[in-house]
Amino acid sequence: IACLVMYLFAEFDDAANLLAANPDATTISIDEPVEIPKSQHSRLQEPGREEDDELLGTDDSDKTELLAGQKKSAPFWTFEYYQTFFDVDTYQVLDRIKGSVFPVPGKNFVRLYIRSNPDLYGPFWICATLVFAIAVSGNLSNFFIHLGKPTYHYVPEFRKVSIAATTIYAYAWLVPLALWGFLMWRNSKVMNIVSYSFLEIVCVYGYSLFIYIPTAILWIIPQKVVRWVLMVFSLCLSGSVLVMTFWPAVRDDNRRIAVATVAAILLLHALLSVGCLAYFFDAPELDIPPPIIPAHNGTTVITKSQ
Amino acid sequence: FPGLADVSISQDIPVEGEITVPVGSQSPDEDYSTLDEPVKDTIMRDLKAVGKKFVHVMYPRKSSALLRDWDLWGPLVLCVSLALMLQGGSADSKDDGGPQFAEVFVIIWFGAVVITLNSKLLGGTISFFQSLCVLGYCVMPLTVAMLVCRLVLLAGGGTVSFIIRLIVVGAMFGWSTLASTAFLADSQPPNRKALVVYPIFLFYFVISWMILTFTPQ
Repeated sequence: IACLVMYLFAEFDDAANLLAANPDATTISIDEPVEIPKSQHSRLQEPGREEDDELLGTDDSDKTELLAGQKKSAPFWTFEYYQTFFDVDTYQVLDRIKGSVFPVPGKNFVRLYIRSNPDLYGPFWICATLVFAIAVSGNLSNFFIHLGKPTYHYVPEFRKVSIAATTIYAYAWLVPLALWGFLMWRNSKVMNIVSYSFLEIVCVYGYSLFIYIPTAILWIIPQKVVRWVLMVFSLCLSGSVLVMTFWPAVRDDNRRIAVATVAAILLLHALLSVGCLAYFFDAPELDIPPPIIPAHNGTTVITKSQ
Repeated sequence: FPGLADVSISQDIPVEGEITVPVGSQSPDEDYSTLDEPVKDTIMRDLKAVGKKFVHVMYPRKSSALLRDWDLWGPLVLCVSLALMLQGGSADSKDDGGPQFAEVFVIIWFGAVVITLNSKLLGGTISFFQSLCVLGYCVMPLTVAMLVCRLVLLAGGGTVSFIIRLIVVGAMFGWSTLASTAFLADSQPPNRKALVVYPIFLFYFVISWMILTFTPQ
């Protein structure tokens, strides 16, 4: 009961802050806090859910939370409807990127940063940057690896850009679609506290891919160990963002289905990064026969390639 | 109107005149009717407009000429010439070479459309074609860079030529980005400027990359 009271006070605090900031605003009750009564119910039943308090957070990074429910009112064939998905400022985008790169254990990315204001700017442009980062870095790394070999002739490999674009955009948009469909289906069978809209899932996936951009650039370094360490590191970071987002959505379900879902999410994510590393970046040590260079005094010296 | 209370029209002043609306000879279209002029005048006027815009890109100042009288001839010419100059690259197989003509075209036009949509969705006040016009014209420094690169490559490949090409392409990339940002940044909401400028940076970076990695046969 004390948790409940403190939680209600936190909500009133938020509302007071908002009214102080914008006294003319009318506060109405809207969809997003619909999940709150459900969580209050479950809190009474299972007192071990205090983390939901922290998940909802009182971060001031997005003051428009309470008013967010009334924004998507334009019909879908007007331009204004799509403008609501780009209703973010520079600092908000940077905050979300920061939240995906430094995941705080226990904090849910969607609740903390997205907060009913999912945007399409982040997912779209992070995917675009990632496509070109992978294509350019792959090309550069192949160039450096094969530099100096007499039979090597540099090619720009432009075809790989379209392949990268197809792969990454398909991953960032089709996998959230499948996941959303799956979660909706499970939601109809098991009452979950947390349910995400399709755009919020796209947002999480898009922002979680950000860490791969510096990783792709660092993959230019032609050392196998370095590359695998980088991959595991970035997989852990972005995977943890995904897990912390989706675990609350499936944990009420059958334990096996919950674990299987989270495992599938991580597996697809790992598959993406392993596939990108394998396809776009040549292996650093190639098994071509080392060139035989005749030395000045007539003896042949075999130089081993690195 | 209190001052007019004591005004009256005396009966012996005739009220006369003509109430006709002159038709035709003073319609506002007469000044701009270009149907009767010689074709050379029409073409020269458009060419001059295009040339003026090229000059504006070379020396980017805050002038509204580029924005107000947009046209897409300049971007088309630049795109076609850039795509043509990027042909003839070396490739062992078709799959590994540089971008095909259609790919360059698609990247430039589709990229410009996406950037324009992005800036409009973020709340920019510039019109669709004005933004396309600016982005297309600002490809000009990069086209000049491509020309210089091809000339340098005629003299031969090698590290020195690569460094020269890198410097030239880098400088032109900076010029393009700064020129287009100078024209487009004012129409964006102030707290989203970086969100609009970054895609422009990415766009010109990709074009610069295509230019820099061009290797002839």
